Formats: sequence, C-alpha cells, structure tokens
Amino acid sequence: MIEIRDISKSYGSSVVVDNVTAALPKGGITSIIGPNGAGKSTLLSMIARLMPMDRGTVLVDGLDIARTSGDVLAKRLSILRQDNHMTARLTVRDLVAFGRYPYNKGRPTPQDQDHINQALAYLGLEEFAERFLDELSGGQRQRAFVAMVLCQDTDYMLFDEPLNNLDIRHAVSMMKLLRNAARDFGKTVVVVLHDVNFASCYSDHIIVMRDGKLFLQGKPREIIRPETLEDIYGCPFEVHDLGGDLISVYYG
Amino acid sequence: MQREASRSSGTVLLVIGVIAVASMVAFMTLGARGSWSFILPFRGVKLFSLVLVAYAIAVSTVLFQTITNNRILTPSIMGFDWLYMLLQTILVFTLGAATTSAIEPRLLFVIEVAAMTGFSLVLYRFLFSGSVRELHLLILIGVVFGTLFRSLAGLLQRLIDPNEFVVLQDRLFASFNTVDSNLLVISTVLIGLTSVAAFKIFHTLDVMALGRETAVSLGVDHRRITMIVLALVTVLVSISTALVGPVTFFGLLVANLAYILMPTAKHRHVLPAAVLVAIICLVGGQTILERLFAFDTALSIVIEFAGGLFFILYLLRGAHR
Repeated sequence: MIEIRDISKSYGSSVVVDNVTAALPKGGITSIIGPNGAGKSTLLSMIARLMPMDRGTVLVDGLDIARTSGDVLAKRLSILRQDNHMTARLTVRDLVAFGRYPYNKGRPTPQDQDHINQALAYLGLEEFAERFLDELSGGQRQRAFVAMVLCQDTDYMLFDEPLNNLDIRHAVSMMKLLRNAARDFGKTVVVVLHDVNFASCYSDHIIVMRDGKLFLQGKPREIIRPETLEDIYGCPFEVHDLGGDLISVYYG
Repeated sequence: MQREASRSSGTVLLVIGVIAVASMVAFMTLGARGSWSFILPFRGVKLFSLVLVAYAIAVSTVLFQTITNNRILTPSIMGFDWLYMLLQTILVFTLGAATTSAIEPRLLFVIEVAAMTGFSLVLYRFLFSGSVRELHLLILIGVVFGTLFRSLAGLLQRLIDPNEFVVLQDRLFASFNTVDSNLLVISTVLIGLTSVAAFKIFHTLDVMALGRETAVSLGVDHRRITMIVLALVTVLVSISTALVGPVTFFGLLVANLAYILMPTAKHRHVLPAAVLVAIICLVGGQTILERLFAFDTALSIVIEFAGGLFFILYLLRGAHR
C-alpha cells in the first residue's frame, strides 16, 4: 500500500498540491484523474521521489520514501514520465536492459537477459529490439519505455499519462497491458489519465484531484456519475452503461 | 547484434588507438636533428603533457555532458576555465607575487584546485540540479559567467602592481607550445585520483545519461552523483587550464566526434574513444603544424576554429533535442 500523508507542494505562492492524504490500495489499477492543473502529475512525481515535497510523508509498504535509499526503493517502485527525451543513442534492448540496473548495477546476469527478453516479448518489441530509439515511432518508443519499467519488476509501477501520443489502438493495448500486468504479476499500477472513459473501463480505483486537493476517491461506479463529473470538470456530462462499462459523453 | 555492436566498437577503438599511437610516434621522431638523448626527454615531457591535457579535457567534457544530459554544453562553455584564471589572479592580487612565488608551486596548485572545486560546486550546483531546464538559458548563463570571470580577472590584472602582473602573466601564459611542466607530476597524481573516483561510479554513468527522472527511478542518487562528477570535472578542468590555458571548443569537438564514431553510447566505449580522439587532435595536430608547416603557435587557433564551427553547426542543426 502507498500511504500519502498530508503532502503539499507549492511553487512560489501558487499551491499545486494542497495537503493531500490518501491511501493507494495494493494490487489493481488506480487512476488519478482531474482537470488540468489539478496537481495530478505533481502528486505522482512526489510519490516517486522525483520531486521533493514541501510537507508530509509518503510510505511505500511502510518505507518512508524520504529516508529509504534509492536502490531499495528502485526495487519496489518505478515511474515513467511523459516526455522521455534522451541524448544518448540507445537500442531498444539497451534501454530495456536498464530496467535491471537496480539489481545488477550494470553487470548483467543470464537471469537479467531472461527478464529483458520477457519484457520485450510482452510488449511485442522483439523485432525492434536492435533498432535505435530515434528510429522508432512515438508509440513504439513509448512501449520500449514501458518495457523498461516492466523489466524493473517492481511491485508498484507509476505512469504519468501513458496514453499521450498513442493512437486509439495503441492506447487500448497499453491499458490492457497494464491491466494484465496487474492481474498476471500482481503488480500495483498507478496511472494519471486524462480520458475519463479509459479510467472508467480499466481502473479498480479512481482518485480525483481538483485544485491541488484530493476531491474524491472510490470505485469507478462511485465516481463515474453525471453530477460528480460535472462537479469535477465543470461541464455537462451524460453517463451511459454500455455492456457493463460506464461511458461518459461530454461533447455537448 | 549486441555482440556485433561491441565488436564494431572494438574495431573503431582499435583504429583510432593505432592512429593515436602513430601520431605520438610521429611527434617524438619526425624532424629530429641532433642527439636522441636530448630530443627524447625534451619531446617526451611535452608529449606527456599533451596526453594529460587530452585526457583531462576529453574525460571532463564527456562526464559533464552526461550529468547535464546534453551534448552542447561543456565545462569551458560554462566558464569553468575562466573561473580558474580568475582564482589565480585573485590569489596573486591578494597575497602578492612574492608570497605566491614563495609557496611551493605544487602545494599552491593543490590549493587552487581545491578552491576551484569549492567555488564551482557552489556556483554551478543549482544549475544542474534540474531546476534550469532550458538549454539556451544555460548556454547564456555560461557565456555570462565566462565573460564575468574574464572581465573580473582583467580588472584585477589592471589594478595589480606592474611587477606582480609580470609574475601573474607568466603563470597564466600557458599554451600547447609552452606547457607548464612543473605541474606534470602533481597533475598526473590528481588525474590518477580522479580516474579512480570516476571508476567507482562508472556503472551509474550510463544510467545518469538517461536523464534525471529515469535515473532516480532506477535508484541512482542523482544529486550525489552529480556533485561527485561536477567535482571531478572541476579538478580535470583545473589541470588542463593550468597546463595549457583555456580552450573553449576543444572538448565539444572531441566528445561529439567520439559520439559519432562509436556505435553505442556506453561510457566504457565513448570515454576511451574521446580520449583517443583528443590525443590524435592535440598530438597529431601539433606534429603536423610544427613539423610540416613549421607553424609554432597556431594549434589552439586551428582547434578553436574547427570547434567553434562545429558548435555553431550543432546549434543550428538543433542536435540538442
């Protein structure tokens, strides 16, 4: 379980995350949704220790992230941000191999090779394994990064808007993949999402942020309601039950 | 495929290694008139210092580019060399030439390197801790820093007593042709120490090159490694500046040539390649200019010219993305 206790972050006078306390349950997919500027990405970055918080603590399975050493946390929690520009010219296999760094410190073992090959296969990247990242399309590159995160084999995997730059087919397969990773390997996946319908169809748990505060949290059925969504986003919503999935329509 | 990549890295390293050795042999033997017992030690010292400088500049630039995660910034572009020159000037200015000359030069050098490391950590730490992301802003800050340090040094040099200025100028007037060979032993020791320290964090360097966020996610203590590398870079820059004076674009040139030559971005391939390319440029260039064209002082100009062109091309091509 990830316990977030009273964390806050401000830039100058603007408060981005305001005293948020929440518990992200172990297992399944937890989505963080909310309007632009609600502090979703900032919250995720603080949980993943990419950004220092002004106040509060985050515990990952009882380990305080501010006091636990980087190597220990890197075996429990991983994060993938949206824009992963890099200067080094790497092949997909090289990139995925970095996922094993917390375990091997740069000295790959045969087991690491198995992990790498599994991750490549899981994302259907075998044929691109020896290609350089800058030769791939945006979607393929995104998948390569996800493969690296899978290869890191942590209990908690955090993704900041993993569906950005993906077309519908790849977005759906990405969410299915995350759901399968959660089911097959018992991982806990936390994703920041913009698309309410993806959150509704794939999440086990939804956290809603608004104005830097934790606005609501609960099962998709409790969150995906017209009144609630109108409250969150400030525009009219309709919600339809289509074959068991709650689909919201908000195109006016 | 992976094996192929490392094999071809090996081939490239072998080829540039041979060229580097050839240029060193040429430097030692070409146009030798007179007794070998004089020529060999005379040229040997010069060769050794050129190799030291090549090593210091190449390694410092590649490491610096790794922690700043781009391929355009170099310590010299960020004004490190001029900071060293400024510190030297301040030293002579405050202590006086007599006192400075009285101190054992090697001890003085160590003190200068230590002061330089402290200053640069204070000055540059915040720039590379991830708070400034805009590359052009960083370059601008570097240029402003460089100009500031240079102007401050110039101001102090004008205020200084003329006799002391002569002493100072003597200390600052290093070039590829008149390497300050007093400092060779201590420079070698310092370079050895920094290399050992670099070797200890060697495995994190490839991860650092992935960028701060990925590195942190993979469990690297990014702040700590950045500080260590910055300190190592400062020591190496101090050494090369003390030996041959500031060279702005040489590091940029050799580091980027190494990235282009090597098929992988792994540090265990790129670092040796950069050192070898630097040796070829410095030693080979010096040999060609001295022996073939009988020019005496132009190497730094030629290198700076080529490096400067490369810098502009690189900026225009937008390769920093």
